[in-house]
Amino acid sequence: MRVVEFRIDRRSGVATYLQIVQQVKQALRLGLLTPGDKLPTAKEVVAATAINPNTVLKAYRELDREGLVEARPGLGTFVRRSLARPQAAADSPLRAEIADWMGRARAAGLDREDVAALVTSVLEDSFSGPEPGPGAAPAAPHDPQHVDKGTTTG
Amino acid sequence: MTELTFYPERTALEAVGLGVAYRRGPALLDCSFRVPAGRVCALVGPNGAGKSTLLSVAAGLRRPTRGSLTVFGRPPGAPEVRPHVAFLSQEKPLYPSFTIADTLRMGRELNPGSWDQATAERLVGDGGLSPQARVGDLSGGQRTRVALALALGKRPALLLLDEPMADLDPLARHDMTAALMAAAAEHAITVVMSSHVLAELEGVCDYLLLIADGRVRLAGEVEDLLAAHTLLVGRHETAGPPREFAAHTVVESRVTGRQLTALVRPEGPVAGEWRASEPSLEEILLAHLRVPGAPALLTPSAEPRVAWKKAA
Repeated sequence: MRVVEFRIDRRSGVATYLQIVQQVKQALRLGLLTPGDKLPTAKEVVAATAINPNTVLKAYRELDREGLVEARPGLGTFVRRSLARPQAAADSPLRAEIADWMGRARAAGLDREDVAALVTSVLEDSFSGPEPGPGAAPAAPHDPQHVDKGTTTG
Repeated sequence: MTELTFYPERTALEAVGLGVAYRRGPALLDCSFRVPAGRVCALVGPNGAGKSTLLSVAAGLRRPTRGSLTVFGRPPGAPEVRPHVAFLSQEKPLYPSFTIADTLRMGRELNPGSWDQATAERLVGDGGLSPQARVGDLSGGQRTRVALALALGKRPALLLLDEPMADLDPLARHDMTAALMAAAAEHAITVVMSSHVLAELEGVCDYLLLIADGRVRLAGEVEDLLAAHTLLVGRHETAGPPREFAAHTVVESRVTGRQLTALVRPEGPVAGEWRASEPSLEEILLAHLRVPGAPALLTPSAEPRVAWKKAA
């Protein structure tokens, strides 16, 4: 059974092997691939996408290096670790909060692009600095108590 | 299965000082390069650059006038090499009066012991062709499909393709390329395919040989050739090239108003206020074709080993 299908966009400017790496990670995040699943063989991938087989192998080696998959000689390449996070699942409180916020943004008259620009800008601010420790809010630098927490737990 | 399909130490093709002359003039001039086994190599260059001549020498159909070319370390036509090399020329010579079934039977009888009937039949069947159809009644694209089935059925170690996709529609081209890549993945076939349509080679080939006016201009891993070049854009108003470029190899430089755009092979960091970006393969090829005087570049794996030994 083939679990994932890769879509290669030759005009995207993203290296082909990276597109495969990203698509495997996305499938791991969404739970389409779970530990123990076998990735398609290089031959299966190239027969569907008409790309160079060494590109597929390079992508698999990269995933192997990151500890996400492992090659079992003679058997294939298997998923070792999931990237799915329960905090981001469809029924998680975090998702419900965003949905709620989106509803309010629409009610306030923002259109799709306004919302996307706003989200992107906050995303940039929140993830551009050093990674906060668990429990530390993005606003932590202004709050000495949070800074302490961040340094001791993170 | 994370082993590579190529064997960097094994050599599929190696040319040293290769020259071929026709009555009308030289087709190849002092070509030296190496293609490691298991690579899918694009042979690119403008019309009349010598691509077909090079392929026919590798296929053992033409003798070099000067220098040498070897296939897996042997002369191209040698009896121990010939069974492992398949060549698909631009004309795709097939017998028009044969049916497809006859053609595949011929393949089986000419290649006893190595013929892969299943692969050949699948390739023909995927195109919706009946085994009873006569080759002479097929369209150009359908004939290409049969010819490629014949070539892959031979289970070659080296597959030489001259403009293989030229007369295929987009769907057939995708199918044929996919079949070719699957065969390359399964049997680690070395493929050398010529084309002047770069788009059909991008993403497919991991090795590149650019020839122009009978000479090798670029040879090596596509990735390494990309990494060796940088596109620089900046402001330049004085006459002559910017002084800070002297330390680097400039392939091409163009001035539009106050803006200078240059494709360089940097030897270390470039001084000055230049915006650097990674060029596309097409930009690199076009720059080398526009500037015939730009120095050739062979990556280490594309340097012939024979010449190395002599030099050492």
